[in-house]
Amino acid sequence: MGKKEIKPNIYWVGGVDWDIRNFHGYLTQRGTTYNAYLILDEKIVLVDTVKHYLFEEMLARIREIIDPTKIDYIVSNHVEMDHSGSILKILEYATNAKVITSTQGEKGLLRHYKKDLNFQVVNSGDTLNIGKRTLHFVHTPMVHWPDNMVTYIPEDKLLLPNDAFGQHIACSERFDDEIGLEILKEEAAKYYANIVLPYGDQVKKALEALSGLEIDMIGPSHGIIWRSLIPNILEEYTKWANHKTENKALIVYDSMWESTKKMAYKLKEGLEDAGIYVTIRSLKTNHISDVMTDVISTKMILIGSPTLNNGMLPSMGAFLTYLKGLRPRNRIGFAFGSYGWGGQAVGDIEEIMKELKWELPVQCTKIKFIPDEDELANVKKIGCELGKLIKV
Amino acid sequence: MDKYECQICGYVYDPEVGDPDNNVAPGTAFESLPADWVCPTCGAAKEDFKKI
Repeated sequence: MGKKEIKPNIYWVGGVDWDIRNFHGYLTQRGTTYNAYLILDEKIVLVDTVKHYLFEEMLARIREIIDPTKIDYIVSNHVEMDHSGSILKILEYATNAKVITSTQGEKGLLRHYKKDLNFQVVNSGDTLNIGKRTLHFVHTPMVHWPDNMVTYIPEDKLLLPNDAFGQHIACSERFDDEIGLEILKEEAAKYYANIVLPYGDQVKKALEALSGLEIDMIGPSHGIIWRSLIPNILEEYTKWANHKTENKALIVYDSMWESTKKMAYKLKEGLEDAGIYVTIRSLKTNHISDVMTDVISTKMILIGSPTLNNGMLPSMGAFLTYLKGLRPRNRIGFAFGSYGWGGQAVGDIEEIMKELKWELPVQCTKIKFIPDEDELANVKKIGCELGKLIKV
Repeated sequence: MDKYECQICGYVYDPEVGDPDNNVAPGTAFESLPADWVCPTCGAAKEDFKKI
């Protein structure tokens, strides 16, 4: 059935969600997994569970190893339902099991499941001896909910950090070296950009808290388990948490009658003349969760929308609402767009960039109705000017 | 006395209510909170709060 012993007497018993393509608004083109881990010692511990509809899959994996009624503890590192969604069902078997969670975890689980789950609340730094092993619990609030904690098993040098270091990828391989760095880096970046990005400072604190620990395996709650590429993923997380980007440009736009589109492509020409790599994303053809993957590595973000009914296009409104919440910092911004009258969209975009504390070295540009050749040449010049600024 | 909002999770510190779970009595101004007081929801530090 695909249980996997990842360390002596520690098994992956999660569920693989091959079909999911939209994870609360985040496109998961590769599907995902919900990783649960079973630790066999004098006490038997299940760390996290799976989304409710994969319960039977998890149960079958557990049954291959032990009788599920023998589980003594269920660790709930994170309240969100993709991980806690099978706790009630597994408790029907493991009737005496205690649910170990953080203070905020207890509050959150009570709000989700409306009953006392025989909680044992742990503070950050608390430990639990289960025989040969001692589980360590470290709270990592806001990576990415207030309740988040990680479980560390020093005897096995194993870190189970729940969502941190996760990637949405469905596969029967369980380890990083069975998939390869490039795909994993892309999926880990997308995950960070869409889930963890607002909490860079908290990630830094969490990385600090973990830096003293001996770790040779990291088992997140989504995707593959890290064992060969740990330095690579730690390096990426450090970069992302510090909002480090590459000297390249991203143009995100939508258009009504192609005038804003023309401006977008002229900006691209100008930027390329300045020797800058550019990515263009139209919101008609790109999902906002994919655009965020571009945002995470890009220094300069140019955003364009025409004005519709005295505001920006709804697609741009949705993107900027998402972007504002995810709070990418240390970017250079530039707003542009075509308009017929009013022309408020460009100013509204710029306002959001100011809220995000982005640098705005060049004044935003708007063009009435359809840009003529001179105007387009000027837009290209602005692109070139912006390109030179990236490298400064 | 001013209310302060946590910029990380959105929790609002209301001095009239205090933070009874962490032994902060009602009527305690944000400025008078101990330096090591943290957001009761997400653990953010005092400097992560903004006056609202």
